[in-house]
Amino acid sequence: MESHKGVTLLDFWVSPFGQRARIAMAEKGIEFEYKEENLAQKSELLLKMNPVHKKIPVLVHDGKPVCESLIIVQYIEEAWPEKTPLLPSDPYQRAQARFWADFVDKKVYDCGTRLWKTKGEEKEAAKKEFIEILQVLESELGDKKYFGGETFGYVDVAFVPFTAWFHSYESEAGFSVEESVPKISAWAKRCGERESVKKHLYEKEKVYEFVCMLKKRLGIE
Amino acid sequence: MEAEEMELFGIWSSPYVLRVIWALNIKKIKYKYIEEDLNNKSNLLLHYNPVYKKVPVLVYKGKPICESMIIVEFIEETWKNDSIFPKDPYEKAKARFLAKFVEDKLSPPMWRFFTTKGKDQEEAYESFTDYLAILERELEGKEFFGGENIGFVDILLGCMSYVVPIYEEITDFEIITKEKFPLLHAWMQAFLSSDIVRDNLPPRDELLYRYRKIREAFLSKDN
Repeated sequence: MESHKGVTLLDFWVSPFGQRARIAMAEKGIEFEYKEENLAQKSELLLKMNPVHKKIPVLVHDGKPVCESLIIVQYIEEAWPEKTPLLPSDPYQRAQARFWADFVDKKVYDCGTRLWKTKGEEKEAAKKEFIEILQVLESELGDKKYFGGETFGYVDVAFVPFTAWFHSYESEAGFSVEESVPKISAWAKRCGERESVKKHLYEKEKVYEFVCMLKKRLGIE
Repeated sequence: MEAEEMELFGIWSSPYVLRVIWALNIKKIKYKYIEEDLNNKSNLLLHYNPVYKKVPVLVYKGKPICESMIIVEFIEETWKNDSIFPKDPYEKAKARFLAKFVEDKLSPPMWRFFTTKGKDQEEAYESFTDYLAILERELEGKEFFGGENIGFVDILLGCMSYVVPIYEEITDFEIITKEKFPLLHAWMQAFLSSDIVRDNLPPRDELLYRYRKIREAFLSKDN
């Protein structure tokens, strides 16, 4: 990297964690340089900027690294306070937003991964669990436009990248997000109309192609 | 503020509950403590934490906040005295990162170490001592992770200060000694003797008994 000024994001194209950072910066109108990492051959920069986990995404701001996607999003929120906030100002509301983003973080990716990595009874159990997770989220969303209420916020940023994986999860586990959780499905479509989301999420078919490639590589039928 | 405005649902032995107690102490906030029986959870607890049904739950003016790290951030943002976090966004991000590291990376192998024996235990020991080395480096030039005062990372790591000696006694392993990790060793003493923590620790004998039983239960499962 030539310059130590400005914002660089070390990332991997399909990573929902990286997409959280991309979407947060897009929502706030923050310019950044995107650097695609080859996860099979991690760059020296990545290893230097994230020596503990050696993972993407890493946000590098004026030469200083911030790691872990939700920590990155909170950093973006705090380092550019003049830009449109993703978190509410009231501490109690902020705590609720953090709770739900943390819930997404704890539950969605791991269970979602089991939907395509496992077979038979394990897959059925994962499917049941995943639908329950979506139902809890649907209950929290209720009739709101976004998890943030009228405005697209922190929880929406945390969860929206996984909407690009819904098609993969549905195809692998045999269920329908729209049928199981219609409000979440409608929310996903609404988010998909936002510029930031349109720009930084990949088409569902491309994501599924990636999942199928991973399955092959891991020797999963 | 009246103590009734702030209620904390917890159990005596939970390190997660203690994090909240220490944070409340830093901010000098009065609160009413309610001891839960996890084998017979109160209706109130289930009402306040329907998603996880766990302690700690902080209830402020009737509204619940769950998950210890989130509760501590709420306390920080609501009471402006005696900061728990750094003000600078980058330093704050570093504190959050280190806290998450303690939760996600350090705790699992420590638990594995405590609940296994033989090769499994040795591997877990290697794992977490590597992570302890990372924390040791972070303490360079500082008494606490928060600098001169106890901060977020200290609170998150805090239970190690009383659990590690118990693990050492029960397993007969040396974990944090003056020779191996001089800064962490000093940190443990400083943390345990601070005003915020000193009178808010679970009773050692009861903890020792409890942890012995836990290790016995796990080891007998393997047989």
